Amino acid sequence: MAPALDGPVQAALVQYLLRLGDDRLVLGHRLSEWCGHAPILEEDIALANIALDLVGQATLFLGLAGAAEAAGRDADALAYLREAIDFRNVLLAELPKGDFAFTIVRQFLFSVAAYYRLEGLATSSHGDLAGIAGKALKETRYHVRHSGEWVIRLGDGTSESHTRTQAALDALWRYTGEMFLADDVDATLVRAGVIPDLATAEPKWLAQVTGVIERATLAVPPSGYMQRGGRTGRHTEHLGIMLAEMQILQRSYPGAKW
Amino acid sequence: MPDSPDAITEFEARIAAGETIEPKDWMPDRYRKQLIRMMSQHAHSEVVGMLPEGNWITRAPTLRRKMGLLAKVQDEAGHGLYIYCGTETLGVGRAELVDQLLTGKAKYSSIFNYPTLTWADIGAIGWFVDGAAIVNQTMLAKASYGPYARAMVRICKEENFHKRQGYEIMATLAAGTPEQKRMAQDAVNRWWWPSLMMFGPSDKDSPNSAELTRWGVKRKGNDELRQRFVNLTVAQAVAIDLKLPDPELRPDPATGDWHFGPIDWDEFSRVVHGDGPLNRERLAARRQAHSDGEWVREAASAYAAKHTAAAAPAAA
Repeated sequence: MAPALDGPVQAALVQYLLRLGDDRLVLGHRLSEWCGHAPILEEDIALANIALDLVGQATLFLGLAGAAEAAGRDADALAYLREAIDFRNVLLAELPKGDFAFTIVRQFLFSVAAYYRLEGLATSSHGDLAGIAGKALKETRYHVRHSGEWVIRLGDGTSESHTRTQAALDALWRYTGEMFLADDVDATLVRAGVIPDLATAEPKWLAQVTGVIERATLAVPPSGYMQRGGRTGRHTEHLGIMLAEMQILQRSYPGAKW
Repeated sequence: MPDSPDAITEFEARIAAGETIEPKDWMPDRYRKQLIRMMSQHAHSEVVGMLPEGNWITRAPTLRRKMGLLAKVQDEAGHGLYIYCGTETLGVGRAELVDQLLTGKAKYSSIFNYPTLTWADIGAIGWFVDGAAIVNQTMLAKASYGPYARAMVRICKEENFHKRQGYEIMATLAAGTPEQKRMAQDAVNRWWWPSLMMFGPSDKDSPNSAELTRWGVKRKGNDELRQRFVNLTVAQAVAIDLKLPDPELRPDPATGDWHFGPIDWDEFSRVVHGDGPLNRERLAARRQAHSDGEWVREAASAYAAKHTAAAAPAAA
């Protein structure tokens, strides 16, 4: 049992955990859409595996969010009975799965960022949070490797795969900045000593991502305006449709056990 | 070596002595062909089988159910891959086998041509379809061809887990709200008969049975396996208060078996020959995935050709 936190710190912790959980739930859901439709059987297995890891991590983070919130909501209630405006995932995670290049590039950009965040969170003074982050970190190391290898293969494969992968990178780049935005939620938790300052995550991310992009003979897109909004519930139109599908049974049969 | 009568006699003696045939051993051409047909059909069934269940991954009602279903479908992809690799030991490549599936030359289990209409279908598939597969595969785990038998041992363990998961879904629904129970009963009504058909025609009408039995690929007949499945399943249905849709179902004191009513073999034949509810959709989905993925496979080959020395690029 973690020590009791001050009200505002506790409220920030709930928000922070929702962000961690929602990123993974939404991206895991998108990945799971590939199941049975991947380019090769090995990728049906690999993408399902990453999806499973992410939904598993989401379950743990949302469970902890529900406990910290202490309003009687468990991970399922948070996943299945919130509206799109209550979700706190980055926009990057909710974009439709696109082609294989889009899915792989998104996974790589997300997983590297997740890796550096989790590495910091594994040292959190909040024992439960540190424990989940440590477990997720191990899984994420594999996600980085798997998606990074594919970025290199696709970028340095054929001219078609190169074009598609560059197009995915160009389309996704403007959604990457949101992963590193730090607001009052982060500041409150850093000040209270719950989480470490993660300001170094972005330069580490950029260095690693740039290295892989160059090995893949691709170009790092020019920096420009970064889309944001997911952390405060201002989503794209895609999320609501995704949730309509995901939540259908829980919404249709209130209170039923499955 | 040609299939000389002496060689065949020697081969059949090995089978009769209970020996296992391994990839490098001599085998009659017919034996090889029959195994390629059976094993590739099995692999294709795993792959096509991902579609009806994959249909509900994005709508699974809880996080636990979502993970359970994802893991199950992932296992099926793994089984498909494993059996394709086993089939390759008979001298035929995966690309060729997949091509046979996509062109409609090869068959897959007809059960996957039926639609999954409600969440309860996910329970019914696990309980009935995986349950029937276990009965069949437990027998195949003793098949005379080593790679196939070993694959079945491993796959059966996972199928047992899938079956329990499916049954548990059904038990939960059957004990749930009236709407949930209705869903569960409706799924049972739709999946029961097609599940019995999974064992194939009666042995007297099965063109391949005699040869497969003589060569130790099949150790038991289709009817015997079907009866075993019925006997196992009746009590399970009673335990969760769901009714199997067969008015003739009753214990037969003479045999100790559950007697069941006639199977609609016209329906079976219709679905096998392409006129099931979703035959076209299933094949179209596989073809779409294959053609959408072509540029990815080409890219992987091109990359490998450029970097022959390095097995895999290091991303970190």
